Amino acid sequence: MKKIADTPPEKPNPSSCLSTSGVTLMPSMDKTDSDCCGPVPNAISVHEKPGYSLCTYVEDFITTDQGPVPRIKTRLSLRDRVSTVLVRCGINRYQYKVAPGLYGLGFPDKSSQVLVTANFKLSFDHLRKELEGLNAWILVLDTKGINVWCAAGKGTFSTQELADRIHSANLDKIVDHRRVIVPQLGATGVSARNVKKQSGFRVVYGPVRAADIPKFLENQQKADPAMRTVTFTFAERIVLTPVELQIVLKPAMITALVLLVISGIGPGVFSFSDAGSRGLAALAALVFGIVSGAVITPALLPYIPVREFALKGGIIGSLAAFFMIGLMPSASASFTSALALYLFCVTISSFLAMNFTGTTPFTSPSGVEKEMKRYIPAQLISLVLSTGLWLYSAF
Amino acid sequence: MKEFRYYDAVSTLLLDKEKCIGCSLCTEVCPHHVLEMHNTKAEIVDFNACMECGACVTNCPSGALTVNPGVG
Repeated sequence: MKKIADTPPEKPNPSSCLSTSGVTLMPSMDKTDSDCCGPVPNAISVHEKPGYSLCTYVEDFITTDQGPVPRIKTRLSLRDRVSTVLVRCGINRYQYKVAPGLYGLGFPDKSSQVLVTANFKLSFDHLRKELEGLNAWILVLDTKGINVWCAAGKGTFSTQELADRIHSANLDKIVDHRRVIVPQLGATGVSARNVKKQSGFRVVYGPVRAADIPKFLENQQKADPAMRTVTFTFAERIVLTPVELQIVLKPAMITALVLLVISGIGPGVFSFSDAGSRGLAALAALVFGIVSGAVITPALLPYIPVREFALKGGIIGSLAAFFMIGLMPSASASFTSALALYLFCVTISSFLAMNFTGTTPFTSPSGVEKEMKRYIPAQLISLVLSTGLWLYSAF
Repeated sequence: MKEFRYYDAVSTLLLDKEKCIGCSLCTEVCPHHVLEMHNTKAEIVDFNACMECGACVTNCPSGALTVNPGVG
């Protein structure tokens, strides 16, 4: 841990540490200048408060006219990385926050840039890890733990919140200039003109990706067209799929139970052995449909030569179903049962692929509405048909 | 993003060129290069790439742009 030079820590009087009500607990306590209370506290301990612990991403504190400002690390710890993986899997996703307010990076002064971000810790980490060696202020808005773009769409990354945060951080006393750099994707929720009106600060729209910030700053705060464009690369798509799976986990469990029950229905009213053998085939269709719609379709998204997501999912689901039926002899016991499983797998895949429109950075709400109106009825019909065929195939 | 296309002709984006004051902020905030400056006025150059995010509308100082996705 680094010490800050401008606030020399006070050395506590060791004799006042442990004795209470004039009772001496240990003889050594009366000795002043002894080291009975451990090492001299570092700069951090000056900021210690009962019941509070220091966030691991805070290096120390920067002394400003407006009080101490936490100086954050640009290097992610192992814990940050592990948490990132967990959040990417949907664990603790909506509770992964940092406290809103002002932070510092490196050794910022009154002329340093102010970068605005959301209080989703994944966004915060993503920003700070790209800024090594930079001296800047980071203004974190309260977006209820949601990323910049989604929060801008939902209205928490907003003109009002930015103006309020500029005021509450006394930003006009922290810096001499009147300029904040807002991520471009925040523009959906922020009106540059109104921020200026309400706070006196001019909004400069930065690049889409945090990784481009150093280049953007070097370039006199000019973003080239590539920095201004949203991408959706294979890596950017695949990293989203664990959450797609996690969202579907609970409904999938319930569906699995229903499948086992209806797979047992047959000539002898209900058969446990059928529930086992036929149920297994139905479960396989479910799993193949889920993986196809929530993982493979997103991964192959630009390579599937149709535009509608329901169709993309249907095509991949169809291939997955053939593969599954080929693998499981029990699934292809009769044409009817194979057809039922095929339809089921395709429907699940098509529906989940359509669900992925909510995650992509290029689908318009009007387009999604059109697609849902078009495909939800078809998916429902296919589901009913496949259930009917599956029941029929048992007799 | 040319490699990703969704439905054509569904966006509700409208540009009233009469109202445009040529500040070019919309061309800066659009994540899909839907708008471009042509002779001091903004122009829609790639309508079908619009995802109705509303960044241009929120930042247009003269109310020249509107977007109105229904329920979404």
